[in-house]
Amino acid sequence: MATATGTRLFGAPEKRREDPRFITGRGQYVDDVKLPGMTHAAFVRSPHAHARLKRVDAAPARAVPGVVAVYTALDLKVGALPCGWMLPNIKVPPRPALASGKVRYVGEPVAVVVGETAYAAKDGAEAVRVEYEALPGVSDPRKAHDKGAPQLFDDIPQNQCFYWTIGDKTATEAAFKSAAKVVAQPLRNQRLIPNAIEPRACVASYAPGTGDLTLWVTSQNPHVHRLLMAAFILGIPETKMRVIAPDVGGGFGSKIFVYNEEVVAAWASKALARPVKWTAERRESFLNDAHGRDHVTEVEMAFDRGGKITGLRVKTHANLGAYLSTFAPLIPSYLYGPLLSGVYRIPAIFCEVWGMLTTTAPVDAYRGAGRPEATYLLERTMDRAADDLGVDPAELRRQNLILPFTSGTPYQTPVAFAYDSGNYEPALNRALELSGYAKARREQEEGRKRGRYIGIGVSTYIEACGPAPSAVAGSLGAGAGLWESGQVRVHPTGAVTVYTGSHSHGQGHETTFAQLVADQLGIPMAQVEIVHGDTAQIPFGMGTYGSRSACVGGSAILMSLDKVKAKGRKIAAHLLEANEQDLVFEGGKWSVKGSPGKAKTWGEVSLMAYLAHNLPQGMEPGLEATSFFDPPNFTFPFGAHVAVVEVDAETGQTKLLKYVAVDDVGRVINPMIVDGMVHGGIAQGVGQALWEHGVYSDDGQLLAATMMDYALPKADQLPSYETERTVTPSPVNPLGIKGAGETGTIAATPTVANAVIDALAPFGIAHIDMPLTPDKIWKAVTAARK
Amino acid sequence: MYPASFDYHTPGSVQEAISLLGKLRDDAKLLAGGHSLIPMMKLRLAQPKHLIDLRKVPGLAGIREDGGSIALGAMTTHWQVESSKLLQAKIPVVSDAAGMIGDPQVRNLGTIGGSLAHADPAADMPAVMIALGVEFVIEGARGRRTVKVDDFFKGLMMTAVGPDEILVEIRVPVPPAGSGAAYLKFPHPASRFAVVGVCAALTVDGKGICTKAGVGVTGAGTKAVRAKGVEAGLAGKALDQAAIEAAAAKAADGVDVQADLQGSAEYKSHLLRVHARRAIEAALGRAKGGK
Ligand SMILES: Cc1cc2nc3c(=O)[nH]c(=O)nc-3n(C[C@H](O)[C@H](O)[C@H](O)COP(=O)(O)OP(=O)(O)OC[C@H]3O[C@@H](n4cnc5c(N)ncnc54)[C@H](O)[C@@H]3O)c2cc1C
Repeated sequence: MATATGTRLFGAPEKRREDPRFITGRGQYVDDVKLPGMTHAAFVRSPHAHARLKRVDAAPARAVPGVVAVYTALDLKVGALPCGWMLPNIKVPPRPALASGKVRYVGEPVAVVVGETAYAAKDGAEAVRVEYEALPGVSDPRKAHDKGAPQLFDDIPQNQCFYWTIGDKTATEAAFKSAAKVVAQPLRNQRLIPNAIEPRACVASYAPGTGDLTLWVTSQNPHVHRLLMAAFILGIPETKMRVIAPDVGGGFGSKIFVYNEEVVAAWASKALARPVKWTAERRESFLNDAHGRDHVTEVEMAFDRGGKITGLRVKTHANLGAYLSTFAPLIPSYLYGPLLSGVYRIPAIFCEVWGMLTTTAPVDAYRGAGRPEATYLLERTMDRAADDLGVDPAELRRQNLILPFTSGTPYQTPVAFAYDSGNYEPALNRALELSGYAKARREQEEGRKRGRYIGIGVSTYIEACGPAPSAVAGSLGAGAGLWESGQVRVHPTGAVTVYTGSHSHGQGHETTFAQLVADQLGIPMAQVEIVHGDTAQIPFGMGTYGSRSACVGGSAILMSLDKVKAKGRKIAAHLLEANEQDLVFEGGKWSVKGSPGKAKTWGEVSLMAYLAHNLPQGMEPGLEATSFFDPPNFTFPFGAHVAVVEVDAETGQTKLLKYVAVDDVGRVINPMIVDGMVHGGIAQGVGQALWEHGVYSDDGQLLAATMMDYALPKADQLPSYETERTVTPSPVNPLGIKGAGETGTIAATPTVANAVIDALAPFGIAHIDMPLTPDKIWKAVTAARK
Repeated sequence: MYPASFDYHTPGSVQEAISLLGKLRDDAKLLAGGHSLIPMMKLRLAQPKHLIDLRKVPGLAGIREDGGSIALGAMTTHWQVESSKLLQAKIPVVSDAAGMIGDPQVRNLGTIGGSLAHADPAADMPAVMIALGVEFVIEGARGRRTVKVDDFFKGLMMTAVGPDEILVEIRVPVPPAGSGAAYLKFPHPASRFAVVGVCAALTVDGKGICTKAGVGVTGAGTKAVRAKGVEAGLAGKALDQAAIEAAAAKAADGVDVQADLQGSAEYKSHLLRVHARRAIEAALGRAKGGK
């Protein structure tokens, strides 16, 4: 296996090279693409959660000045939007790009109006007359399971899309039979709505001359977009389609998936032989971007007399929405159940999941994807258990931690995963120490006497990152491999272009990958260019999600660097008339051991590779390499977070006073960028704990569909975080990286929720479902006071 | 995102704006800071055929002292109100409240006149205006008229400003010595508008007796209202804790409290009472010379 050797730039807090262009408004986003003859699309969307489509009358829209065309499902000749992950016995409902026969959620696209301008298209969309016959809707995944609940699809009884289990049922039942104590907690992990700063957008441009289709789209994985759209939806050769995901302003998972709008735009561009652009309005993002979470769960945890966990039983109704988004089945199954061991020794676990269809927007991966749901239930239950057992919650966690395993032997959980490496106690200890845990507990005690309600929340977490071993993914139902590609092309001057299959939409690849390359080759970062997001330039790649870019994508780049370095070494040895083994590569040059004056620089060797005037016998000219890294296992970052809050018991308002995060993400390329990831992640996690809720009425109207209603966290509601790291390198990739993109989101939600509930302990309140809004807290306090 | 099409007018005087209003009637809307109107147009909840922009009309913005009052031009931005040295010295609660509106972008464009003419049920300023007993100067084709605050807010987003009239000025009486006021709000976690907001303005005499009390509440109901029960519980009383609590307990009386995602009517009524008590306590502290 290749190994990372450099020390200088790898690990340095380099400023992000991409930021000046973003900050000064010079980024090139999809909406900045302007083509000659370009038209604009606007969608007519269902106002009903569930209705039969009786008639769509496009005539009034066609009469609106500037309207070019109106299309409905009857016109559109494309395949259904595919689902990229299968589970045993899953029933996949067909998902048309434009609603056909029925609409099944508010915001589902029913027709598209193409106009000369965005305004004309919008005027046209308002003029389309749609007749609906309203049907009852159902937004709750458990109610959707009831006999007699509104049926979304005739051939999917009781709306059950799948039933999935993991773990050992018999062993778990036995554990509960012999338990000294059982702690049970029903809980909900509420629906969240991702909100990247840049809304989704696409520009489709079909060239009738060549039959080439170019699609600019806000995508986290342009190759996956191309594969799914060309092969499954449009039915054209992949070679006739180019997908470009230029600067993309955030994704959080929501831009992984193939959506209706880009399919319709691509088809319309061909039908009209003109480019078609669509940029989501914020309200459309709320309605039609894939949502996250939405679980209704029952947890039971069994303990022995000494406070050791002996078993865990979980039953979850996962809301999938009205149709299966691209990876929807994966999230509440394999990204959820296998995480249920957390960082704890739990001998027996059994988890059942019902994947439910409801008349709501599709639900898919959202930052953390399955792992926050698992962590939340585990960590909330640990706090409940500590309360029931009368022990300190941090202590209960410590007692149950998995012992350190850093020697390369993985830790096998009872739910499929074998953790790569872990040393969990130092992170917990450090988080407690940094937060002044003991002192905070004393202040809490004091405060309570004076009617101040301070709460301290502790949470550990583990997550599975860097998906995945492709063979494992395949055996679990993946419709794709999960390796990553990295191509390194050295130019005659020694400058390097890297083509990576991962995609940056905020992560900072242009900086971190350049650091990696410059570090390995001993050349300045200015000599390194990172290219991503264009299927015409880069080899097939899987894109960015699941904190995989550095550990999988970075490793593929490293493999290619090792290959060009190996060839360079041969050339240098030849030019220096020395033995390859006698050369040392340092500071961008090969020198002969013992005689440092005899040296060839990276640039000289690169030039010779292309001049080819004097190469070793039989060597091909050129200097480039392509590698595909398929990791042997997931990576498992972990950590411990502590939050201190104060609750105003009179109004129910929570103030976050302190937040400490100690994460272990393995080795770190750029600590400043990792801090940024952790900070943003914590903000999202706090948002879920306290404010955010993609709430639907029982019959399926989305009640929080604007920024004025949906409460995203804001900077002035958050304290300055204290972050630190422990470093346990991952043995499953040559860089030792575990991944840092989702840690904050996963840990912060239970940490803050635990803190709030802890603050309310004097009222005997054991649990409140998130978000922990003032009115819910007030209600609970009022009920307790009665 | 994409408003329906409209024509845009930039009158150079109040008279010109009024004659445009008279001509275009229901098809026209006045545009001030645009921070309530334009979002509604972008969602196509409002589709005026004409916008009459008041920003080029001279003399509509500014803060000046005029006898016993401070006159605020309708087009004065929230930021100008927030940062006005004159207001901070004489009636600081108005600046305080302006500083609690939205975020800096909103405050730099939104205007006090726009906010009051719009009369959003969750807007902050109406509560302050009620507590301070202001007067509104409204101009129309038939000239100027003055409306007392108690006659101004008519209902959900409805005011005394007629369809062909313009709100030109708000006159805030400078409170006498021994006065103090405070505005407290419970912000909506997303929009920052007031879930509830209470403004208390008190005057106390040398013996600690409350000689005058104005209390306005906003947010909870369909329009901002005067909390008459609270005022009655304060005026003429020595404001000890028991009196304050008894007065504040009336804060939700007469308010048509609306339940929504932020809470039940019961919860919002409770919030009104808590905020009334806290606002009275803060106002009293200031009246007695505290800061
Ligand atoms: C993100 C955001 C957050 C906000 N948060 C708050 C908050 O916390 N608290 C709060 O109180 N407000 C808040 N607002 C509203 C803000 O204060 C607005 O600026 C204000 O409500 C309207 O003022 P405007 O000058 O923008 O008016 P415009 O939007 O231009 O006009 C509003 C309405 O009033 C009419 N109008 C305007 N001026 C006059 C006039 N002189 N005479 C007669 N009619 C007139 C217009 O025709 C229109 O119907 C927020 C707004 C936004 C966008």
